[in-house]
Amino acid sequence: MKTSSVLPAPTVLKRRESFRKTFAVRLLPRLVLLAFCGIFFFPFWQMFITSVKTTQDLGTYPPTLWPVTFVWSNYVDAVKYIPFLQFTINSFILAAGNTIGAILSNSLIAYGFARIKWPGRDKLFYLALSTLFIPFPVTIVALFDIFARVHWVNTYLPLIVPSFLGQAFYIFLMRQFLMGIPKELSEAARIDGANEFQTFWRVILPLMKPAIAVVAIFAGVAAWNDFLSPLLFLNSEELYPLSIGLQFYRSQHTVAYTLLMAASTLVVLPVIALFLGFQKFFIEGVTVGSVKG
Amino acid sequence: MTRSTRRNLRNGLLFICPWIVGFVAFQVYPILYSLQMSFTDYSGFNEMVFNGVQNFTKMAKDGLFWLSAYNTLYYTFLAVPIGVVFAILIALAMNQKVKEVPIYRAILYVPSILPVFALSLVWVVFLNPKYGFLNQLLAFFGVTNVDMLGDPAWTKFAIVLLAQLGAGGPALIFLAALRGIPAEILESAAIDGAGPIRRFFRIVLPMLTPVILYDIVLGLALGLQVFTQAYIIAGGAGGSGSGGGAGMAGPRNSLLFYVFNLYKVAFQFTQMGYAAALSWVLFIVSVVLAVIVFKWSKGWVHYENE
Repeated sequence: MKTSSVLPAPTVLKRRESFRKTFAVRLLPRLVLLAFCGIFFFPFWQMFITSVKTTQDLGTYPPTLWPVTFVWSNYVDAVKYIPFLQFTINSFILAAGNTIGAILSNSLIAYGFARIKWPGRDKLFYLALSTLFIPFPVTIVALFDIFARVHWVNTYLPLIVPSFLGQAFYIFLMRQFLMGIPKELSEAARIDGANEFQTFWRVILPLMKPAIAVVAIFAGVAAWNDFLSPLLFLNSEELYPLSIGLQFYRSQHTVAYTLLMAASTLVVLPVIALFLGFQKFFIEGVTVGSVKG
Repeated sequence: MTRSTRRNLRNGLLFICPWIVGFVAFQVYPILYSLQMSFTDYSGFNEMVFNGVQNFTKMAKDGLFWLSAYNTLYYTFLAVPIGVVFAILIALAMNQKVKEVPIYRAILYVPSILPVFALSLVWVVFLNPKYGFLNQLLAFFGVTNVDMLGDPAWTKFAIVLLAQLGAGGPALIFLAALRGIPAEILESAAIDGAGPIRRFFRIVLPMLTPVILYDIVLGLALGLQVFTQAYIIAGGAGGSGSGGGAGMAGPRNSLLFYVFNLYKVAFQFTQMGYAAALSWVLFIVSVVLAVIVFKWSKGWVHYENE
């Protein structure tokens, strides 16, 4: 019976210990993560809530985190306020063109850098990689003049053709992937009498699907998000993508804030949907550089 | 050269020829062409008239050139360190062993792939002193009456904040590096009595240095070419947006970044020769900064095979 009177003390200690452990392992990390997510989510909450407010509701100060009523018709008005459908179609055309161009060109180029051994190959590859450090704006003045001379300004050619000629980051990404495919596969194809292009087309390309998916997604999103190139090379409204078209909600004197936020919501939704559908490929694309090659 | 080497050389060049064409046509040629243009007086319509180094002497006396260079370096040297620290913090949070962590990770990553033009528009509302939620949040901490987009002292910081929405991308790379740290090392350090903070600075941080270098190089490149955010927040080259007057890039030109100035000189004032000279200065500065960072990194980047 003596022992029972001393028993509670260690139990309390243990309980306190286990509470501290539970807090440190289960509660604290969640609180930190939720705080970060809250910070990241807050601007988007503003975007969404502003998009469903009435103009009067928007004008009340301080701004409210919840609308008086949800005015979904803002979305209808936003789409009517500017040629939204046309801009959306244009954005899709540019995204599709860039995606196709990126897949075709970078898979060929990466194959040449990864699966064929030829003198000077590695030097040229590092040259290609070093172009990542050339900021695109360095070339815009000359590019504009060149495109003006060949009458490419105000067409989609300056926005799509370059994607058919390779891009250093995608070349790097696909090359990393190709280096991981065993050599024996190519050798077997060669013994069967396949030439280099046939080996690429019939044996390697089908194996490249994951890398192709990553490049397709990145190139498509990059084109959808691009602002500077369309701003430079397009000047008629019917060719504008959404990135440029969204400026029309702001005129010299007024800004249609609620409609602008509705349109912004519509613009980010396809990207979020793409992410939800292809999460794995996004993560692979981002972390490819950190894989020890 | 044996026959098979020659065949491989031919095939290799054939496969990479799209890159060679693109590299020459869209990178080498424009850079050389703008070098030529930079020694001329050229509006884009007239004939180029050789004018020696006049564009460069003009630059030295051009207040807007120096202001844009100052704004850009100010922004870059603020955005890069903040960006690295913030991305590491997020990566550490993402590395927590919580069951639903993939959901948090997705929420933190997604903003980094959203279009900057849309995020900039959101920023116009979010930071608005009247409509914006941010001021409500700041008021909660006792900070009132901040008009981040209207006060020239704050505009660049507002863009630094905007850039942090993109921290989820680099954070994923830091996360991959964190996962690559062998658990035994951390465990044995813990047994030796090293606390979590000591373990972080002595073991974790050195192993993150290659990614830190990558993030710095990337951040520098993005910082030097920052444009879209400023263009949209200032309301275009005409400057009808928040706080700025007509023709101003943000209040008192506080958002006149280097590329914004370059854009205005080339396409608003059609001084293509002068703009080409500005392009070349940007090119040289980018290359020099990249070289400096790589040289400097040899002193602190820790590679595993060493």
